[in-house]
Amino acid sequence: MALQSLDIARRSATTTDSPSVRQTTEVAKLIDVTTCIGCKACQAACMEWNDIRDEVGSNSGIYDNPRDLSAESWTVMRYAEVEEAGKLEWLIRKDGCMHCAEPGCLKACPAPGAIVQYANGIVDFHEENCIGCGYCITGCPFNVPRISKKDNKAYKCTLCSDRVAVGQEPACIKACPTGALQFGSKQQMKDYAEERIVDLKERGFKDAGLYDPQGVGGTHVMYVLHHADRPQLYNNLPENPSISPMVALWKGVAKPLATLALAGIAFSSLFHYVIKGPNEVSKELEDELEEEDAS
Amino acid sequence: MIRNPKDLQRYTAPERANHWVVGICFILLALSGLAFFHPAFFPLAQLFGGGTWARILHPYVGVIMALSFVRMFFRFRELNRMTPADREWLSRVGEMVDGNDHNMPVQGKYNGGQKLLFWALVVCMALLVISGIVTWRAWLNLPVVVVRFGAVIHAATAAVMIGLIMVHIYAAIWVKGTIRAMWYGTVTRGWARQHHRAWYRQMTGKS
Repeated sequence: MALQSLDIARRSATTTDSPSVRQTTEVAKLIDVTTCIGCKACQAACMEWNDIRDEVGSNSGIYDNPRDLSAESWTVMRYAEVEEAGKLEWLIRKDGCMHCAEPGCLKACPAPGAIVQYANGIVDFHEENCIGCGYCITGCPFNVPRISKKDNKAYKCTLCSDRVAVGQEPACIKACPTGALQFGSKQQMKDYAEERIVDLKERGFKDAGLYDPQGVGGTHVMYVLHHADRPQLYNNLPENPSISPMVALWKGVAKPLATLALAGIAFSSLFHYVIKGPNEVSKELEDELEEEDAS
Repeated sequence: MIRNPKDLQRYTAPERANHWVVGICFILLALSGLAFFHPAFFPLAQLFGGGTWARILHPYVGVIMALSFVRMFFRFRELNRMTPADREWLSRVGEMVDGNDHNMPVQGKYNGGQKLLFWALVVCMALLVISGIVTWRAWLNLPVVVVRFGAVIHAATAAVMIGLIMVHIYAAIWVKGTIRAMWYGTVTRGWARQHHRAWYRQMTGKS
């Protein structure tokens, strides 16, 4: 989904600066897990606005449906039944792309311009540049991107970059009936979360807090959690996500160094030839052989 | 070029063909692989019809290379066993590089450097095949930790192997009269006597 090229802050497999004269407000989606009722209106709105239809799956005995994210399901509700202090808690988390400030997918992507980060913080896939290698999946700390079986391109939540670009909120936000989904500037969302957390603490959730993991530079999709000390309760939301050291090594300083080393071998070879000359069969030896033949 | 009937046969036609299949695959793999290695090399993907085609073709070419390499491994394994003479040669490789090979220890069909390269390539190929399979998303979807590890191994090993092959090719260019062994299989007696004296003796019965 293309947006104005002026608003692209970062572009995959590109080593020079992106257009950066125009500054835009950083946006964020806030998912207040504590007021979510699990109605899946957000899932339906996502399908409708983006006009994507997943295949009808089968009931696996729990509310999660579809069972997992896919190329056609960019957001899914994940339901966890947890016992806390002798009481059942139904923890429902809307899963999808977190729009990291330091996106692992973008870092891993080898195709120029297949993944971009807009100045407003949204991380978007430009499928027409996608080559289908799946490196974005390898790079993502949240296991979000999915390769389509139909066209071998990678897909995920766009944070409705097309709607946001024209001043509208994402489709899921518009559909949420309880106000569990909020959208605005990142600062506004943090302020709003702060109020919610104070309220939750008063109601006995002493560990309530905001999930805005700093290991990936913060995210543009944040959660208000009742148990912010244990995010893994919410269907294994990672406690301290970061770009894997493996990915950092794979896509980091090693490659320019290896490139230099290979160039070094090529030039050393050339100059070795120029300085030392070729290694030819000695004339003396050839004459010896000729003598042998003659005798 | 009229070949001298006294030239020595170094490689048979099947050996040459096998080597060329591996060599062509390597070049295709290196060019398409580098395209994904660093953005500076991405334009190389155009040689294959674009990034998507490069991504599709690379692993299949890899399969052909792996199979041909296995065949080549069994052809040349015995000839590449390291001996004390090879270690001696390796310890004095500096003289060779300096362009003064007259006092180098007598070598058989392969010298210590060639043998070391052979075994290094065997290790590289094994690592590349295993790590290549685990990252082949068209067929497999393994746990992300495994794929991440595979991606690092694949990229690092590939860089090492490209370096080794550059040395391999340069050595063939530098030592005159070598490349013809891979084109049509023969070398001159002078070449054999100077560079692989023990093999020369074995082939001709002369010293």
